[in-house]
Amino acid sequence: MNPASTPKIVVDAVGKIFGEGDDEFLAINRIDLSVAPNEFVSIVGTSGCGKSTLLNMVGGLTEPTFGDVLIDGKPVTGPGRDRGFVFQGYSLFEWMTVEGNILFALEKSRMGKAEKADLVRQFIAEVGLAGFEKAYPRQLSGGMRQRVAIARALVYKPSLLLMDEPFGALDAQTRGMMQELLLKVWEDHKVTVLFVTHDVEEAIFLADRVVVLASRPGRLKRELKIELERPRRYDIVTSPEFSAYKRDILADIREETLKVMALDRG
Amino acid sequence: MPKSSSIAQTAAAGRIDRRQRRSRRGLLRLRQAIPDSVFNSAGFVVPVVLVLIWWAVTALGLVKPLFLPSPLAILEEAWRQITTGILLQDASVSIYRILVGWLSAALLAIPIGILMGNFRLFEGALEPLISTVRYMPVVALIPLTILWAGIGDEQKILILFLGTFFQMALMVMDNVKTIDINLIRAGQTLGFSNTEILWRIILPAALPAIWDTCRITIGWTWTYLVVAELVAAQSGLGRRIMDAQRYLATDTIIFGTLFIGLLGLLTDYAFKRTGRSLFRWTGNR
Repeated sequence: MNPASTPKIVVDAVGKIFGEGDDEFLAINRIDLSVAPNEFVSIVGTSGCGKSTLLNMVGGLTEPTFGDVLIDGKPVTGPGRDRGFVFQGYSLFEWMTVEGNILFALEKSRMGKAEKADLVRQFIAEVGLAGFEKAYPRQLSGGMRQRVAIARALVYKPSLLLMDEPFGALDAQTRGMMQELLLKVWEDHKVTVLFVTHDVEEAIFLADRVVVLASRPGRLKRELKIELERPRRYDIVTSPEFSAYKRDILADIREETLKVMALDRG
Repeated sequence: MPKSSSIAQTAAAGRIDRRQRRSRRGLLRLRQAIPDSVFNSAGFVVPVVLVLIWWAVTALGLVKPLFLPSPLAILEEAWRQITTGILLQDASVSIYRILVGWLSAALLAIPIGILMGNFRLFEGALEPLISTVRYMPVVALIPLTILWAGIGDEQKILILFLGTFFQMALMVMDNVKTIDINLIRAGQTLGFSNTEILWRIILPAALPAIWDTCRITIGWTWTYLVVAELVAAQSGLGRRIMDAQRYLATDTIIFGTLFIGLLGLLTDYAFKRTGRSLFRWTGNR
Protein backbone atom coordinates (compact mmCIF):
# COMPACT_ATOMS: atom_id res chain seq x y z
CA MET A 1 0.00 0.00 0.00
CA ASN A 2 1.46 3.38 -0.82
CA PRO A 3 1.70 5.81 2.08
CA ALA A 4 -0.64 8.39 0.59
CA SER A 5 -3.53 5.96 0.70
CA THR A 6 -2.89 4.83 4.28
CA PRO A 7 -5.76 6.23 6.33
CA LYS A 8 -4.91 8.52 9.22
CA ILE A 9 -7.59 7.02 11.42
CA VAL A 10 -9.25 3.65 11.16
CA VAL A 11 -12.15 2.85 13.44
CA ASP A 12 -12.57 -0.89 13.06
CA ALA A 13 -15.84 -2.44 14.27
CA VAL A 14 -15.71 -0.44 17.48
CA GLY A 15 -18.33 -0.90 20.19
CA LYS A 16 -18.66 0.47 23.67
CA ILE A 17 -20.58 -0.81 26.69
CA PHE A 18 -20.91 1.42 29.74
CA GLY A 19 -21.82 0.22 33.23
CA GLU A 20 -22.03 -3.34 34.47
CA GLY A 21 -24.71 -5.84 35.48
CA ASP A 22 -28.22 -4.43 35.26
CA ASP A 23 -26.89 -0.95 34.43
CA GLU A 24 -25.08 -2.23 31.39
CA PHE A 25 -25.90 -0.33 28.26
CA LEU A 26 -24.63 -0.36 24.72
CA ALA A 27 -23.50 3.15 23.81
CA ILE A 28 -21.90 2.34 20.48
CA ASN A 29 -22.57 -0.64 18.27
CA ARG A 30 -20.00 -1.54 15.60
CA ILE A 31 -18.83 1.66 14.02
CA ASP A 32 -16.49 1.48 11.05
CA LEU A 33 -14.89 4.67 9.88
CA SER A 34 -11.82 5.66 7.98
CA VAL A 35 -10.34 9.16 7.82
CA ALA A 36 -7.70 10.18 5.27
CA PRO A 37 -4.66 12.32 6.13
CA ASN A 38 -5.49 16.04 6.20
CA GLU A 39 -9.19 15.31 5.92
CA PHE A 40 -11.68 17.35 7.92
CA VAL A 41 -14.48 15.10 9.18
CA SER A 42 -17.48 16.31 11.19
CA ILE A 43 -19.53 13.96 13.31
CA VAL A 44 -23.15 14.91 14.01
CA GLY A 45 -26.02 13.16 15.72
CA THR A 46 -28.67 13.55 18.39
CA SER A 47 -27.47 13.89 21.96
CA GLY A 48 -26.59 10.53 23.40
CA CYS A 49 -25.62 8.98 20.06
CA GLY A 50 -22.10 8.35 21.32
CA LYS A 51 -20.31 10.97 19.21
CA SER A 52 -18.23 12.25 22.12
CA THR A 53 -17.50 8.69 23.21
CA LEU A 54 -16.25 7.90 19.72
CA LEU A 55 -14.00 10.96 19.81
CA ASN A 56 -12.69 10.03 23.26
CA MET A 57 -11.83 6.57 21.99
CA VAL A 58 -9.82 8.03 19.12
CA GLY A 59 -8.16 10.31 21.67
CA GLY A 60 -7.31 7.34 23.88
CA LEU A 61 -9.27 8.77 26.81
CA THR A 62 -11.82 5.93 26.72
CA GLU A 63 -11.14 2.33 25.82
CA PRO A 64 -13.40 0.59 23.29
CA THR A 65 -15.13 -2.55 24.57
CA PHE A 66 -14.93 -4.18 21.14
CA GLY A 67 -12.86 -3.51 18.06
CA ASP A 68 -9.83 -1.32 17.51
CA VAL A 69 -8.95 2.27 16.76
CA LEU A 70 -5.84 2.63 14.62
CA ILE A 71 -3.89 5.82 14.06
CA ASP A 72 -1.32 5.65 11.27
CA GLY A 73 -1.94 1.91 11.31
CA LYS A 74 -1.05 1.49 14.99
CA PRO A 75 -3.65 0.63 17.64
CA VAL A 76 -4.47 3.38 20.14
CA THR A 77 -3.52 2.39 23.69
CA GLY A 78 -3.92 5.72 25.43
CA PRO A 79 -3.70 9.46 24.96
CA GLY A 80 -0.64 10.73 23.15
CA ARG A 81 1.07 13.78 21.74
CA ASP A 82 0.31 12.78 18.17
CA ARG A 83 -3.19 14.09 18.92
CA GLY A 84 -4.42 17.48 20.12
CA PHE A 85 -7.73 17.80 21.94
CA VAL A 86 -10.06 20.79 22.25
CA PHE A 87 -12.97 20.40 24.66
CA GLN A 88 -16.26 22.24 24.80
CA GLY A 89 -15.91 24.24 27.96
CA TYR A 90 -13.49 25.71 30.35
CA SER A 91 -10.56 23.38 29.98
CA LEU A 92 -7.85 26.03 30.25
CA PHE A 93 -5.48 26.06 33.20
CA GLU A 94 -6.92 29.06 35.01
CA TRP A 95 -3.84 29.69 37.13
CA MET A 96 -1.64 30.13 34.08
CA THR A 97 -1.59 33.06 31.67
CA VAL A 98 -2.44 32.67 27.99
CA GLU A 99 1.28 32.30 27.32
CA GLY A 100 1.67 29.87 30.22
CA ASN A 101 -1.14 27.63 28.99
CA ILE A 102 0.42 27.27 25.56
CA LEU A 103 3.95 26.88 26.89
CA PHE A 104 2.72 24.14 29.24
CA ALA A 105 1.75 22.10 26.17
CA LEU A 106 5.36 22.28 24.96
CA GLU A 107 6.85 21.02 28.18
CA LYS A 108 7.32 17.49 26.87
CA SER A 109 8.81 18.72 23.58
CA ARG A 110 12.53 18.42 23.12
CA MET A 111 13.54 21.90 22.10
CA GLY A 112 15.32 24.92 23.50
CA LYS A 113 13.75 27.63 25.58
CA ALA A 114 14.05 30.24 22.85
CA GLU A 115 12.54 27.92 20.28
CA LYS A 116 9.58 27.26 22.56
CA ALA A 117 9.07 30.95 23.19
CA ASP A 118 9.07 31.56 19.44
CA LEU A 119 6.48 28.87 18.85
CA VAL A 120 4.25 30.24 21.60
CA ARG A 121 4.49 33.72 20.13
CA GLN A 122 3.73 32.42 16.64
CA PHE A 123 0.62 30.52 17.74
CA ILE A 124 -0.70 33.37 19.86
CA ALA A 125 -0.46 35.56 16.78
CA GLU A 126 -2.09 32.92 14.58
CA VAL A 127 -5.20 32.70 16.74
CA GLY A 128 -5.32 36.50 16.96
CA LEU A 129 -4.43 36.93 20.61
CA ALA A 130 -1.34 39.10 20.32
CA GLY A 131 -1.39 41.55 23.21
CA PHE A 132 -3.13 39.08 25.53
CA GLU A 133 -0.04 36.99 26.37
CA LYS A 134 -0.11 37.90 30.05
CA ALA A 135 -3.89 37.75 30.52
CA TYR A 136 -5.47 35.06 32.68
CA PRO A 137 -8.26 32.92 31.19
CA ARG A 138 -10.79 34.45 33.61
CA GLN A 139 -10.23 37.81 31.92
CA LEU A 140 -11.04 36.48 28.44
CA SER A 141 -14.33 36.04 26.58
CA GLY A 142 -15.56 32.58 25.60
CA GLY A 143 -14.30 32.93 22.04
CA MET A 144 -10.86 34.07 23.16
CA ARG A 145 -10.62 31.18 25.60
CA GLN A 146 -11.28 28.70 22.82
CA ARG A 147 -8.61 30.41 20.72
CA VAL A 148 -6.15 29.67 23.49
CA ALA A 149 -7.41 26.08 23.63
CA ILE A 150 -6.87 25.69 19.88
CA ALA A 151 -3.36 27.15 20.10
CA ARG A 152 -2.58 24.87 23.04
CA ALA A 153 -3.78 21.82 21.10
CA LEU A 154 -1.76 22.65 17.98
CA VAL A 155 1.47 24.18 19.28
CA TYR A 156 3.21 20.82 19.76
CA LYS A 157 2.44 19.92 16.14
CA PRO A 158 0.14 16.91 16.49
CA SER A 159 -0.94 15.40 13.20
CA LEU A 160 -4.51 14.92 14.41
CA LEU A 161 -6.83 17.46 16.02
CA LEU A 162 -9.84 16.18 17.97
CA MET A 163 -12.55 18.69 18.78
CA ASP A 164 -15.56 18.01 21.01
CA GLU A 165 -18.20 20.68 20.41
CA PRO A 166 -15.53 23.35 20.83
CA PHE A 167 -17.83 26.22 19.86
CA GLY A 168 -20.99 24.88 21.51
CA ALA A 169 -20.97 27.46 24.30
CA LEU A 170 -20.34 30.48 22.08
CA ASP A 171 -22.89 32.93 20.71
CA ALA A 172 -23.73 32.68 17.01
CA GLN A 173 -21.57 35.60 15.84
CA THR A 174 -18.47 34.48 17.73
CA ARG A 175 -19.01 30.93 16.54
CA GLY A 176 -18.97 32.05 12.91
CA MET A 177 -15.66 33.87 13.42
CA MET A 178 -14.16 30.87 15.18
CA GLN A 179 -15.16 28.54 12.36
CA GLU A 180 -13.37 30.72 9.84
CA LEU A 181 -10.33 30.91 12.10
CA LEU A 182 -10.30 27.13 12.46
CA LEU A 183 -10.44 26.61 8.69
CA LYS A 184 -7.55 29.00 8.23
CA VAL A 185 -5.46 27.23 10.85
CA TRP A 186 -6.36 23.85 9.38
CA GLU A 187 -5.34 24.95 5.88
CA ASP A 188 -2.05 26.41 7.19
CA HIS A 189 -1.06 23.41 9.29
CA LYS A 190 -2.50 20.55 7.30
CA VAL A 191 -3.68 18.42 10.19
CA THR A 192 -6.42 15.82 10.18
CA VAL A 193 -9.47 17.05 12.08
CA LEU A 194 -12.23 15.07 13.73
CA PHE A 195 -14.90 17.53 14.78
CA VAL A 196 -17.93 16.62 16.92
CA THR A 197 -20.89 18.99 16.90
CA HIS A 198 -24.67 18.98 17.12
CA ASP A 199 -24.85 21.99 14.79
CA VAL A 200 -25.54 20.66 11.28
CA GLU A 201 -24.66 23.92 9.55
CA GLU A 202 -21.33 24.07 11.35
CA ALA A 203 -20.61 20.46 10.42
CA ILE A 204 -21.18 21.10 6.71
CA PHE A 205 -19.44 24.45 6.61
CA LEU A 206 -16.21 23.03 8.03
CA ALA A 207 -15.92 19.50 6.74
CA ASP A 208 -14.85 17.48 3.72
CA ARG A 209 -17.16 14.77 4.97
CA VAL A 210 -20.01 14.68 7.46
CA VAL A 211 -20.68 11.49 9.41
CA VAL A 212 -24.19 11.16 10.83
CA LEU A 213 -24.60 8.80 13.76
CA ALA A 214 -27.78 6.94 14.67
CA SER A 215 -28.82 6.72 18.31
CA ARG A 216 -29.22 4.03 20.93
CA PRO A 217 -26.99 2.37 20.26
CA GLY A 218 -24.77 4.77 18.35
CA ARG A 219 -23.87 3.52 14.89
CA LEU A 220 -23.15 4.88 11.46
CA LYS A 221 -26.24 6.19 9.69
CA ARG A 222 -24.81 8.08 6.76
CA GLU A 223 -21.57 9.47 5.40
CA LEU A 224 -21.87 12.49 3.19
CA LYS A 225 -19.05 13.94 1.12
CA ILE A 226 -19.25 17.73 1.12
CA GLU A 227 -18.13 18.97 -2.27
CA LEU A 228 -18.13 22.69 -1.65
CA GLU A 229 -15.15 24.61 -2.95
CA ARG A 230 -12.43 25.80 -0.62
CA PRO A 231 -11.50 28.20 0.80
CA ARG A 232 -15.05 28.57 2.03
CA ARG A 233 -16.62 31.94 2.66
CA TYR A 234 -19.17 32.58 5.37
CA ASP A 235 -21.92 33.21 2.81
CA ILE A 236 -21.62 29.73 1.34
CA VAL A 237 -24.32 28.65 3.79
CA THR A 238 -26.89 30.43 1.63
CA SER A 239 -25.99 28.51 -1.54
CA PRO A 240 -28.37 25.85 -2.97
CA GLU A 241 -25.74 23.09 -2.68
CA PHE A 242 -25.29 23.86 0.98
CA SER A 243 -29.03 23.80 1.55
CA ALA A 244 -29.31 20.41 -0.14
CA TYR A 245 -26.69 18.91 2.18
CA LYS A 246 -28.39 20.47 5.12
CA ARG A 247 -31.80 19.12 4.16
CA ASP A 248 -30.47 15.56 3.85
CA ILE A 249 -28.71 15.63 7.22
CA LEU A 250 -31.57 17.33 9.04
CA ALA A 251 -33.96 14.67 7.74
CA ASP A 252 -31.67 11.95 9.11
CA ILE A 253 -31.36 13.63 12.48
CA ARG A 254 -35.06 14.26 12.74
CA GLU A 255 -35.75 10.61 12.05
CA GLU A 256 -33.34 9.67 14.84
CA THR A 257 -34.82 12.18 17.26
CA LEU A 258 -38.35 10.86 16.65
CA LYS A 259 -37.10 7.32 17.19
CA VAL A 260 -35.49 8.30 20.49
CA MET A 261 -38.63 10.11 21.63
CA ALA A 262 -40.72 7.03 20.83
CA LEU A 263 -38.27 4.90 22.82
CA ASP A 264 -38.55 7.26 25.76
CA ARG A 265 -42.32 7.12 25.69
CA GLY A 266 -42.57 3.37 25.33
CA MET B 1 -18.88 64.70 42.44
CA PRO B 2 -18.52 66.81 39.31
CA LYS B 3 -17.97 63.81 37.06
CA SER B 4 -21.10 61.90 37.97
CA SER B 5 -23.22 65.03 37.95
CA SER B 6 -22.06 65.82 34.44
CA ILE B 7 -22.98 62.28 33.42
CA ALA B 8 -26.34 62.79 35.03
CA GLN B 9 -26.79 66.08 33.19
CA THR B 10 -25.97 64.54 29.85
CA ALA B 11 -28.24 61.58 30.44
CA ALA B 12 -31.08 63.57 31.90
CA ALA B 13 -31.03 66.45 29.41
CA GLY B 14 -33.57 68.47 31.32
CA ARG B 15 -35.61 65.60 32.74
CA ILE B 16 -36.14 64.90 36.45
CA ASP B 17 -33.57 62.59 38.05
CA ARG B 18 -35.70 59.65 39.14
CA ARG B 19 -33.05 58.10 41.38
CA GLN B 20 -34.05 60.12 44.43
CA ARG B 21 -37.73 59.46 44.04
CA ARG B 22 -37.23 55.72 43.77
CA SER B 23 -34.62 55.32 46.44
CA ARG B 24 -36.78 54.43 49.42
CA ARG B 25 -39.07 51.89 47.87
CA GLY B 26 -36.09 50.64 45.85
CA LEU B 27 -34.27 49.28 48.89
CA LEU B 28 -36.59 46.30 49.13
CA ARG B 29 -36.82 45.09 45.58
CA LEU B 30 -36.06 41.42 44.96
CA ARG B 31 -32.38 40.86 44.12
CA GLN B 32 -31.87 44.46 43.06
CA ALA B 33 -28.69 46.38 43.73
CA ILE B 34 -28.77 49.02 46.47
CA PRO B 35 -26.23 51.84 47.00
CA ASP B 36 -22.94 50.61 48.50
CA SER B 37 -23.17 53.18 51.26
CA VAL B 38 -26.53 51.79 52.42
CA PHE B 39 -25.33 48.19 52.16
CA ASN B 40 -22.20 48.80 54.22
CA SER B 41 -23.75 50.99 56.90
CA ALA B 42 -26.58 48.48 57.40
CA GLY B 43 -23.97 46.05 58.72
CA PHE B 44 -22.87 48.59 61.34
CA VAL B 45 -26.31 49.79 62.27
CA VAL B 46 -27.63 46.41 63.41
CA PRO B 47 -24.95 45.68 66.06
CA VAL B 48 -24.97 49.30 67.21
CA VAL B 49 -28.75 49.19 67.71
CA LEU B 50 -28.43 45.90 69.61
CA VAL B 51 -25.77 47.38 71.92
CA LEU B 52 -27.95 50.46 72.47
CA ILE B 53 -30.93 48.29 73.43
CA TRP B 54 -28.65 46.27 75.70
CA TRP B 55 -27.36 49.45 77.32
CA ALA B 56 -30.88 50.91 77.75
CA VAL B 57 -32.23 47.72 79.31
CA THR B 58 -29.42 47.59 81.87
CA ALA B 59 -29.35 51.33 82.58
CA LEU B 60 -33.09 51.35 83.28
CA GLY B 61 -32.61 48.46 85.70
CA LEU B 62 -34.99 46.19 83.78
CA VAL B 63 -32.71 43.18 84.32
CA LYS B 64 -30.36 42.41 87.19
CA PRO B 65 -26.61 42.66 86.39
CA LEU B 66 -26.35 38.99 87.39
CA PHE B 67 -28.30 38.07 84.28
CA LEU B 68 -27.09 40.80 82.01
CA PRO B 69 -24.37 43.26 83.05
CA SER B 70 -24.18 46.59 81.24
CA PRO B 71 -21.93 47.05 78.18
CA LEU B 72 -19.76 49.27 80.37
CA ALA B 73 -19.21 46.43 82.84
CA ILE B 74 -18.03 44.26 79.96
CA LEU B 75 -15.54 46.95 78.93
CA GLU B 76 -14.32 47.20 82.54
CA GLU B 77 -13.89 43.43 82.59
CA ALA B 78 -11.94 43.64 79.34
CA TRP B 79 -9.70 46.33 80.81
CA ARG B 80 -9.13 44.26 83.96
CA GLN B 81 -8.12 41.20 81.95
CA ILE B 82 -5.81 43.23 79.72
CA THR B 83 -4.04 45.10 82.52
CA THR B 84 -3.56 42.04 84.73
CA GLY B 85 -2.21 40.08 81.76
CA ILE B 86 -4.83 37.36 82.12
CA LEU B 87 -6.15 37.93 78.63
CA LEU B 88 -2.78 37.63 76.93
CA GLN B 89 -1.99 34.47 78.87
CA ASP B 90 -5.38 32.88 78.13
CA ALA B 91 -5.29 33.89 74.50
CA SER B 92 -1.78 32.60 73.87
CA VAL B 93 -2.57 29.23 75.44
CA SER B 94 -5.79 28.91 73.43
CA ILE B 95 -4.29 30.11 70.15
CA TYR B 96 -1.48 27.59 70.56
CA ARG B 97 -4.02 24.79 71.03
CA ILE B 98 -6.09 25.94 68.07
CA LEU B 99 -3.05 26.15 65.83
CA VAL B 100 -1.66 22.74 66.74
CA GLY B 101 -5.10 21.08 66.70
CA TRP B 102 -6.15 22.59 63.39
CA LEU B 103 -2.75 22.20 61.72
CA SER B 104 -2.51 18.51 62.60
CA ALA B 105 -6.05 18.00 61.32
CA ALA B 106 -5.26 19.89 58.12
CA LEU B 107 -1.95 18.11 57.52
CA LEU B 108 -3.77 14.79 57.62
CA ALA B 109 -7.13 15.77 56.11
CA ILE B 110 -5.77 17.51 53.01
CA PRO B 111 -3.72 14.58 51.66
CA ILE B 112 -6.40 12.07 52.63
CA GLY B 113 -9.12 14.21 51.04
CA ILE B 114 -7.04 14.55 47.87
CA LEU B 115 -6.55 10.78 47.67
CA MET B 116 -10.28 10.21 48.25
CA GLY B 117 -11.21 12.75 45.61
CA ASN B 118 -8.92 11.25 42.97
CA PHE B 119 -8.98 7.53 43.57
CA ARG B 120 -12.27 5.67 43.85
CA LEU B 121 -10.52 3.01 45.91
CA PHE B 122 -9.66 5.47 48.68
CA GLU B 123 -13.13 6.99 48.53
CA GLY B 124 -14.76 3.58 48.81
CA ALA B 125 -12.48 2.58 51.66
CA LEU B 126 -12.69 5.72 53.79
CA GLU B 127 -15.84 7.66 52.95
CA PRO B 128 -18.34 5.46 54.88
CA LEU B 129 -16.13 5.45 57.97
CA ILE B 130 -15.47 9.20 57.98
CA SER B 131 -19.09 10.04 57.23
CA THR B 132 -20.16 8.05 60.26
CA VAL B 133 -17.55 9.36 62.66
CA ARG B 134 -18.24 12.97 61.78
CA TYR B 135 -21.73 12.70 63.24
CA MET B 136 -20.42 11.54 66.60
CA PRO B 137 -20.66 14.40 69.10
CA VAL B 138 -17.20 15.58 70.09
CA VAL B 139 -18.35 16.39 73.64
CA ALA B 140 -19.20 12.72 74.11
CA LEU B 141 -15.62 11.83 73.24
CA ILE B 142 -14.16 13.81 76.16
CA PRO B 143 -13.94 10.80 78.53
CA LEU B 144 -12.18 8.73 75.88
CA THR B 145 -9.74 11.48 75.03
CA ILE B 146 -8.83 11.78 78.71
CA LEU B 147 -8.22 8.04 78.88
CA TRP B 148 -6.06 8.14 75.79
CA ALA B 149 -4.31 11.48 76.06
CA GLY B 150 -4.39 12.36 79.76
CA ILE B 151 -5.45 15.73 81.04
CA GLY B 152 -2.69 17.89 79.59
CA ASP B 153 -2.54 19.98 76.44
CA GLU B 154 -2.56 16.83 74.33
CA GLN B 155 -6.16 16.09 75.31
CA LYS B 156 -7.33 19.59 74.33
CA ILE B 157 -5.53 19.37 71.04
CA LEU B 158 -7.01 15.93 70.41
CA ILE B 159 -10.53 17.29 70.92
CA LEU B 160 -9.88 20.12 68.48
CA PHE B 161 -8.38 17.63 66.03
CA LEU B 162 -11.41 15.32 66.27
CA GLY B 163 -13.80 18.21 65.80
CA THR B 164 -12.02 19.33 62.64
CA PHE B 165 -10.41 16.40 60.84
CA PHE B 166 -13.39 14.36 59.65
CA GLN B 167 -15.39 17.26 58.25
CA MET B 168 -12.30 18.65 56.61
CA ALA B 169 -11.31 15.41 54.88
CA LEU B 170 -14.75 15.13 53.28
CA MET B 171 -14.73 18.77 52.21
CA VAL B 172 -11.29 18.49 50.61
CA MET B 173 -12.50 15.39 48.78
CA ASP B 174 -15.35 17.42 47.33
CA ASN B 175 -13.02 20.30 46.46
CA VAL B 176 -10.87 17.93 44.41
CA LYS B 177 -13.82 16.19 42.80
CA THR B 178 -15.41 19.36 41.51
CA ILE B 179 -12.52 20.27 39.23
CA ASP B 180 -13.34 19.79 35.55
CA ILE B 181 -12.48 16.32 34.22
CA ASN B 182 -11.40 17.98 30.97
CA LEU B 183 -8.44 19.57 32.76
CA ILE B 184 -7.20 16.08 33.57
CA ARG B 185 -7.90 14.93 30.03
CA ALA B 186 -6.04 17.92 28.62
CA GLY B 187 -3.06 16.95 30.78
CA GLN B 188 -3.24 13.38 29.50
CA THR B 189 -3.31 14.42 25.87
CA LEU B 190 -0.35 16.72 26.49
CA GLY B 191 1.64 13.70 27.62
CA PHE B 192 1.81 14.22 31.38
CA SER B 193 2.01 11.28 33.76
CA ASN B 194 -0.56 10.64 36.49
CA THR B 195 1.76 12.00 39.18
CA GLU B 196 2.48 15.13 37.13
CA ILE B 197 -1.23 15.65 36.52
CA LEU B 198 -1.91 15.31 40.24
CA TRP B 199 0.73 17.85 41.29
CA ARG B 200 0.62 20.28 38.41
CA ILE B 201 -3.03 20.27 37.33
CA ILE B 202 -5.38 18.83 39.95
CA LEU B 203 -3.70 20.43 42.94
CA PRO B 204 -3.40 23.99 41.61
CA ALA B 205 -6.94 23.78 40.20
CA ALA B 206 -8.38 22.69 43.55
CA LEU B 207 -6.18 24.89 45.73
CA PRO B 208 -8.49 27.94 46.00
CA ALA B 209 -11.35 25.69 47.12
CA ILE B 210 -9.07 23.85 49.56
CA TRP B 211 -7.95 27.19 50.94
CA ASP B 212 -11.58 28.11 51.48
CA THR B 213 -12.12 24.81 53.27
CA CYS B 214 -9.20 25.72 55.55
CA ARG B 215 -10.85 29.03 56.30
CA ILE B 216 -14.20 27.43 57.14
CA THR B 217 -12.75 24.60 59.21
CA ILE B 218 -10.50 26.80 61.35
CA GLY B 219 -13.70 28.67 62.21
CA TRP B 220 -15.14 25.40 63.46
CA THR B 221 -11.98 24.69 65.44
CA TRP B 222 -12.56 28.00 67.24
CA THR B 223 -16.10 26.96 68.14
CA TYR B 224 -14.75 23.74 69.70
CA LEU B 225 -12.38 25.65 71.98
CA VAL B 226 -14.72 25.74 74.97
CA VAL B 227 -15.42 22.01 74.59
CA ALA B 228 -11.69 21.35 74.47
CA GLU B 229 -11.03 23.34 77.62
CA LEU B 230 -14.01 21.91 79.49
CA VAL B 231 -12.01 19.46 81.55
CA ALA B 232 -8.83 19.87 83.58
CA ALA B 233 -7.56 23.05 81.98
CA GLN B 234 -5.65 25.60 84.08
CA SER B 235 -5.90 28.42 81.59
CA GLY B 236 -7.34 29.35 78.24
CA LEU B 237 -10.17 31.47 76.90
CA GLY B 238 -12.66 28.62 77.15
CA ARG B 239 -11.47 27.68 80.64
CA ARG B 240 -11.98 31.29 81.78
CA ILE B 241 -15.62 31.12 80.71
CA MET B 242 -16.26 27.80 82.45
CA ASP B 243 -14.62 29.09 85.66
CA ALA B 244 -16.74 32.23 85.58
CA GLN B 245 -19.82 30.05 85.52
CA ARG B 246 -18.92 28.77 88.98
CA TYR B 247 -18.70 32.31 90.42
CA LEU B 248 -21.65 33.67 88.41
CA ALA B 249 -19.30 36.24 86.87
CA THR B 250 -21.60 37.06 83.99
CA ASP B 251 -19.37 39.89 82.70
CA THR B 252 -16.44 37.48 82.33
CA ILE B 253 -18.64 34.99 80.47
CA ILE B 254 -19.95 37.57 78.05
CA PHE B 255 -16.57 39.16 77.44
CA GLY B 256 -14.94 35.73 76.93
CA THR B 257 -17.58 34.68 74.42
CA LEU B 258 -17.34 37.93 72.47
CA PHE B 259 -13.54 37.76 72.46
CA ILE B 260 -13.50 34.21 71.05
CA GLY B 261 -15.91 35.41 68.38
CA LEU B 262 -13.63 38.32 67.59
CA LEU B 263 -10.55 36.10 67.24
CA GLY B 264 -12.54 33.78 64.97
CA LEU B 265 -13.56 36.72 62.84
CA LEU B 266 -9.96 37.95 62.57
CA THR B 267 -8.77 34.48 61.54
CA ASP B 268 -11.46 34.35 58.89
CA TYR B 269 -10.47 37.78 57.59
CA ALA B 270 -6.78 36.86 57.48
CA PHE B 271 -7.57 33.73 55.45
CA LYS B 272 -9.78 35.66 53.07
CA ARG B 273 -7.16 38.33 52.43
CA THR B 274 -4.33 35.85 51.98
CA GLY B 275 -6.46 33.73 49.67
CA ARG B 276 -7.29 36.73 47.55
CA SER B 277 -3.67 37.64 47.01
CA LEU B 278 -2.55 34.01 46.54
CA PHE B 279 -5.21 33.21 43.95
CA ARG B 280 -5.58 36.38 41.94
CA TRP B 281 -6.36 34.32 38.86
CA THR B 282 -9.75 33.28 40.21
CA GLY B 283 -10.88 36.87 39.79
CA ASN B 284 -12.50 37.01 43.25
CA ARG B 285 -12.37 40.46 44.71
